[in-house]
Amino acid sequence: MSLTRQQIVKVSLLARLRLRDDELDRMTDQLDQVVSYMDLLAEVDTEDVEPMAHAVEQTNVFAEDRELPSLDREAALSNSPKRDEQCYRVPAVLGD
Amino acid sequence: MSDPSYEIVIGLEVHVQLQTATKLFCRCSTRFGAPPNTQTCPVCIGLPGSLPVMNRQAFALALKTAVALNCQIPGFTKWDRKQYYYPDLPKGYQISQFDLPMSQHGYLEINDAKGAFAPKRVGILRAHLEEDAGKSMHDELAGKADSRIDLNRTGTPLLEIVSQPDMRSPQEARAYLTELKLLLTYLGVSDCNMQEGSLRVDANINLHVATSQGTVATPIVEVKNMNSFRAVERAMAFEATRQFDVWKDTRIALGAPGGHKTTRGWDEQAQMTRPQRQKEESSDYRYFPDPDLAPVIVTDQQLDAVRADLGELPAALRTRLQTEWGIDAYDADVIVNQGRAFVDYFLALANISGDAKRASNWMQQDVLRVLNERALTIDLFPVSSTSLAQLLKTVQQGELDTSRARDVFNAMAESGDSMPQAMQSLGIQAVHGDELADLCRELLEANPSVVADVQAGKDKAIGALIGQAKRRNPNANPNQVRQLCLELIREQGSAQE
Repeated sequence: MSLTRQQIVKVSLLARLRLRDDELDRMTDQLDQVVSYMDLLAEVDTEDVEPMAHAVEQTNVFAEDRELPSLDREAALSNSPKRDEQCYRVPAVLGD
Repeated sequence: MSDPSYEIVIGLEVHVQLQTATKLFCRCSTRFGAPPNTQTCPVCIGLPGSLPVMNRQAFALALKTAVALNCQIPGFTKWDRKQYYYPDLPKGYQISQFDLPMSQHGYLEINDAKGAFAPKRVGILRAHLEEDAGKSMHDELAGKADSRIDLNRTGTPLLEIVSQPDMRSPQEARAYLTELKLLLTYLGVSDCNMQEGSLRVDANINLHVATSQGTVATPIVEVKNMNSFRAVERAMAFEATRQFDVWKDTRIALGAPGGHKTTRGWDEQAQMTRPQRQKEESSDYRYFPDPDLAPVIVTDQQLDAVRADLGELPAALRTRLQTEWGIDAYDADVIVNQGRAFVDYFLALANISGDAKRASNWMQQDVLRVLNERALTIDLFPVSSTSLAQLLKTVQQGELDTSRARDVFNAMAESGDSMPQAMQSLGIQAVHGDELADLCRELLEANPSVVADVQAGKDKAIGALIGQAKRRNPNANPNQVRQLCLELIREQGSAQE
């Protein structure tokens, strides 16, 4: 399988990345190499292997439903590029 | 409603907030109404290096609900990342379930006690456990184009319950929602408060139109923004008519060019749906398994334990009220739909008074009226079931007529007094049989013409005595006076013969 430039345009839109023409070329080339590597892996015979849902053989990891302190609001908002006293601020969201 | 030339097809997607103290993957509080951004932590605002851990209680509540919805519960379930960008989704993905949901293929039975539609089973496609997003608020201050984001709700546990497109009318859609909410309330898994967003409904609707070339499906419309079950019913009725009009106009079928699925929002003010802006590339969520979360294994023993712990659910209770207590289907429906506490009150009242039908009538007419008038729930109702049972017994024994009993009941509900206290303060006395018989004898003696009329076959003449009886003893039960007088006259008649 090889990736087309068209697919890279779509993926960059989904990832909200604005790529210049030369960047699109470079990404098409690089991502194509990644996907080609998957093609190599796909050659392994997995006929009798059950699909794996997780890399670690661990299940049923739970925490009890007991409240712990939350972040102080100032701390929570401190990394925000734009904020007011109470909230994060973002460019207007239309529709909702 | 139904134009015979088309059939309405509705499927519903319900998001229910599970009643946990903390969020699904972190231990921040889920309490509603806290000041913005005071219930967040590195996990729920998606700071690098933080790790989610599944809330045991959230999974338990989800499992209980899925079992009550007759779902198949696979032995293995996992969580996936659903990727999209939106300001209220700080991680850039929602943790949800994709190909291995915790439950699927269940059903919920719906019925209308008045027979508006035939009883049916609505299929449940799947129910899965996922996290909620935050809240965007649009700044109303002029000149400010920003949206404000509150992430308190981010990560709150939701159960998404997706029905099959099995509903065929707006009434069925509403009945499904009402029954689902009742079930969730009985299970105690959610408060189902729509105002606080604990229960949200999206609907998918289209029509199957009969044409000369066979049945044609119209394009599917997803309707959002319905804030009550009544709004869902109205939105569905509006959409059916609108879609049929569009079909007659355009003849565009589902899947044809221009026949793709669209999204519309319900405008409560205007009582109509309006087109909503489509999310760009919205269908490409690029799900993949969340590597931060361990899958969950559910054993048969666990499922047995959940089943054993479900308690009596609404459908079973309705049947029991009918078979064990002789209440008809409609009355059983009204009582069960009021919730478990109301049913328990009824069972106690029926048990102590020994008269289930009278208990049912009083609960539906008088108790419900007071609860509605005062916006009370049954657990805050000032009259205990024991007290009310005493009143019903007094009525049953004919010592108090219904209208006087109602006055006593109102006084009891008003003051919380016992029946004897309430009767005393109203100056009402139960009239015992002997007392009443004496009164009737006196009346008959004083009114020989009435006796003569009755003996001549005119039973109606007794009416004149009832007024007199009431004047002499306001507590006299009119029905009993009538009955007693007739009996006494007959006795006299047979004695004379």
